[in-house]
Amino acid sequence: MTIKTDANKCLHCGLCVGSCPNNAIFLNEVELEFNDDCISCGVCVRLCPVGALDMDGGE
Amino acid sequence: MDDEYDVVVVGAGPAGSTTARFAAEGGATVLVLEKRQEIGTPVRCGEGLSRGLLDEANIPLDKSWIAAEMDGARIISPAGHAFDVDESKAGVEVGFVIERDLFDRALARLAAKAGADVKVKTSVIALIKEGEKTIGVKVIHNGERKDIKAKIVVGSDGYESQVGRWAGIDTNLKPSDIMSCFQYRLTDIEPDPKYTEFFIGSGAPGGYIWVFPKNEDTANVGIGVAGNMLKNGGEVKQYLDNWIAKNPRFSKGKQLDMVAGGVSICAPIDRTVSDGVMLVGDAARQIDPMTGGGIANSCMAGGVAGKVAAEAVESGDFSADFFQRYEKGWRDILEEKLFRDWMAKEKVVTLTDEIFDKVISALAEVDMTNITVFNILKAVQDKHPELVKEFEEFL
Repeated sequence: MTIKTDANKCLHCGLCVGSCPNNAIFLNEVELEFNDDCISCGVCVRLCPVGALDMDGGE
Repeated sequence: MDDEYDVVVVGAGPAGSTTARFAAEGGATVLVLEKRQEIGTPVRCGEGLSRGLLDEANIPLDKSWIAAEMDGARIISPAGHAFDVDESKAGVEVGFVIERDLFDRALARLAAKAGADVKVKTSVIALIKEGEKTIGVKVIHNGERKDIKAKIVVGSDGYESQVGRWAGIDTNLKPSDIMSCFQYRLTDIEPDPKYTEFFIGSGAPGGYIWVFPKNEDTANVGIGVAGNMLKNGGEVKQYLDNWIAKNPRFSKGKQLDMVAGGVSICAPIDRTVSDGVMLVGDAARQIDPMTGGGIANSCMAGGVAGKVAAEAVESGDFSADFFQRYEKGWRDILEEKLFRDWMAKEKVVTLTDEIFDKVISALAEVDMTNITVFNILKAVQDKHPELVKEFEEFL
């Protein structure tokens, strides 16, 4: 299971980056990247202010 | 851009630019790196700034970045009781609504004037290390990879700081340590142009809704909600949209922009330095956990970091031991208040709407000439002695 980003909602604010317990998210200006350290814990999904992140395949 | 500097500052916000200015003034060679193409934009900030802290925070007053001068702050309970904190009573707690992009550029200009080099569109992608010691940064500058050696790397890379994590400094935040924020700049609304307004209660669980006026008909209208109160993505925006829709002063507003962001609201962290590295500002979790304000704190800490960086260059010692001067310096100024405000915040987030209404209406009735935590609690105690029991530790 991975996290997918809705580019139409994302404001590139970086909240998910700082919330990630495994430092698996990187923000390259206007693009979010999740690396292999992502454990799909879902913290970034819950905290995203605009609902731009989702569990791919459901929780 | 050279291949080697005494100090490389990662991030050109208030913390980074202030650190750079003081390091350069102290004789160090300094490079400031900003990943965005323009310093200060997009603005991710409510843009409130205390007037009385400017001197202490090393911020020279400059009319170019003042949007509006406030007479005070107004705290509004769920039922609509309002408690005004006026400048004359509170002294330093209220002040300006600023133009944060112009503010950041003004501070960067001061750093440049002091001798620092500044580069935009330059991302730091890794630290260069020699064992545990940091000795430089790897960057991408206008699409080109480059190594830059540094005796000191300053991590002023904000809430989402990578420098701290790379340097092995524990800056991790639990969901309860994070305020998830969303804000519109609305125009064609009815703010009070002389007051910042704070709406507390269950409309913004664990946080508050703010209205910071930019002028008579435009304001930053935003919300912060504590991360542990959130179950689903997008709730923060939804809380604010619901509140705006129900509030006739704002519901007809037109959007000039929308921003989001994370703010740390944790207790002070144990360590902000390692060999070759100092963290400053949001990256060091120096934000006030009660208000979420961080500009003044960042500039205070930046002044200390910059001076210590220059001293380190002079003495040739870039160890974590030497940087205890910074660790002690910023804690002497900020730590007690950060800790006290964190304790108070932890208490406030447990209060119900009913208690907020009782407390604010009790305060609104008292003519308080000198607003202190003690006087506030005394006023509440007179009216509702049962409420103050929970706050006895603060008296």
